[in-house]
Amino acid sequence: MELIWNGILKAFELVFSGDAEVWSITWLSLQISGAATLISLLIGIPLGIVLAMTRFAGRSMTVAVINTGMGLPPVVVGLFISILFWRSGPFGFMELIYTTTAMIIAQVIIALPIVAGLTMASFQSLDPNLALQLFGIGASRLQVLWLLCNEARLPLLAAVMAGFGGVISEVGASMMVGGNIRGETRVLTTATVLETGKGNFDIAIALSLILLALAFALNSALTYIQQRDRIKWPSLS
Amino acid sequence: MKRILFLPYVAFIGLCLLNGHRGQAAEGKEKSVILSTTTSTQDSGLLDVLVPLFEKQTGYRVKTISVGTGQALALAAKGDADVALVHAPSLEKKYVAEGKLQNRRLVMYNDFVIIGPKNDPAKIKTAKNTGDALKRIQQSKSPFVSRGDNSGTHNLEKSLWKSAGTQPKGDWYIEAGQGMGATLGIANERNGYAITDRGTYLALRQRVTLPILVEGDKALLNVYSVMEVNPGNGPRVNTTGGKAFADFMVSPKTQDVIKSFGADKFGQPLFVPIAGKREEELGA
Repeated sequence: MELIWNGILKAFELVFSGDAEVWSITWLSLQISGAATLISLLIGIPLGIVLAMTRFAGRSMTVAVINTGMGLPPVVVGLFISILFWRSGPFGFMELIYTTTAMIIAQVIIALPIVAGLTMASFQSLDPNLALQLFGIGASRLQVLWLLCNEARLPLLAAVMAGFGGVISEVGASMMVGGNIRGETRVLTTATVLETGKGNFDIAIALSLILLALAFALNSALTYIQQRDRIKWPSLS
Repeated sequence: MKRILFLPYVAFIGLCLLNGHRGQAAEGKEKSVILSTTTSTQDSGLLDVLVPLFEKQTGYRVKTISVGTGQALALAAKGDADVALVHAPSLEKKYVAEGKLQNRRLVMYNDFVIIGPKNDPAKIKTAKNTGDALKRIQQSKSPFVSRGDNSGTHNLEKSLWKSAGTQPKGDWYIEAGQGMGATLGIANERNGYAITDRGTYLALRQRVTLPILVEGDKALLNVYSVMEVNPGNGPRVNTTGGKAFADFMVSPKTQDVIKSFGADKFGQPLFVPIAGKREEELGA
């Protein structure tokens, strides 16, 4: 118990004393996972919409792959990205291993199936007649797409949260492809592993709390947007 | 319509990725050296002191990859690192004999200790030597927690079992498959025996209550060496950078830093510098 209490005290001390290293680690975590989530959204949302609204050969295969990918273990992603980007690997010439770019690539691979899968599910839950009606009243294709996105915005925001939550919290891939290099690729999760190994449990707890606070702040902001204009269900009493 | 939208989209994603990389490339203009090393050098905090010194002296940027010694050597042998700082003499000599690594130089040592339950059910405290201690643990089937991860410590442990003339096997032999800190944690919870380097043990003194039962045997010396990577191992090995780091580790100035490192935090220095010595000269 004393250990946890010391960790909480240490967390406040690190945050409020403006410890430069802790801040840069936190900022780097946000940048990497933010970029990875953004890229996953840019690819995953259109992909999910296409999968939900069109029929083509190989569609069910693609859906199966995405559904499997939603539970992709980060260490597996880390291992394959490492093998590909090691100097001795096929993409070694790009010199990307142990860089933040490699970490972003790995995190995109982790988040993309989550975003695509949840987007697909949210569009499939829309009434297909809605699109027909919108076309019927003379909406253009882009207008229809926009209105459908608006209609599906609640589950879409869930996709954003799940994607970001998945990558900010993963440690396996970041450790392997980033290398946990001080000042370069050390993020909150890998720093926590390191400090635990060093026996600095109070700092490890402090870093974990910062990670939790970060995830909570972002998710509550998104939840607010998601929930602020929900339908008011009639009272059942 | 779709096609028109598609192109800027891909371009934008590419830009996002490039942007992530650009900051790094600008910094990376100074050449970087990839150092593959063991968790103990990092966890003890020694590299946090030495690496900035080296970077200041030479202008190189060091990327420290700290993994188990087995993996550290394998990375270097594939040409995925430029220099290796590890502690598994038998394994190191194998790589040197194969020509994958070269110019092996001793840097420093600390020592291993055997820790265990206070009541010492296997009675290793009165053992004649390390081999005898291990035999007693096996005969009494007392729980023993091994690293089990092909690290330097695990390799030393394996060679100790071998020289004791036994093979550890059975329910009492627990393979953690993790780093030193986690292994000590398991030993502590299970009230078992374990072999650990003194530095990690001291660093975890708060959490690990098991006392030291065997120490001071020459077989328990933990010798760290630095080796350069054969440029033939891969197309992008930074040979000069690797050599610069190896030279730095054995230079008199660095050796002085090693000599006093840890005294302030642990009450005793963690490593003994030994650059220029031969293995046969070392004594506990």
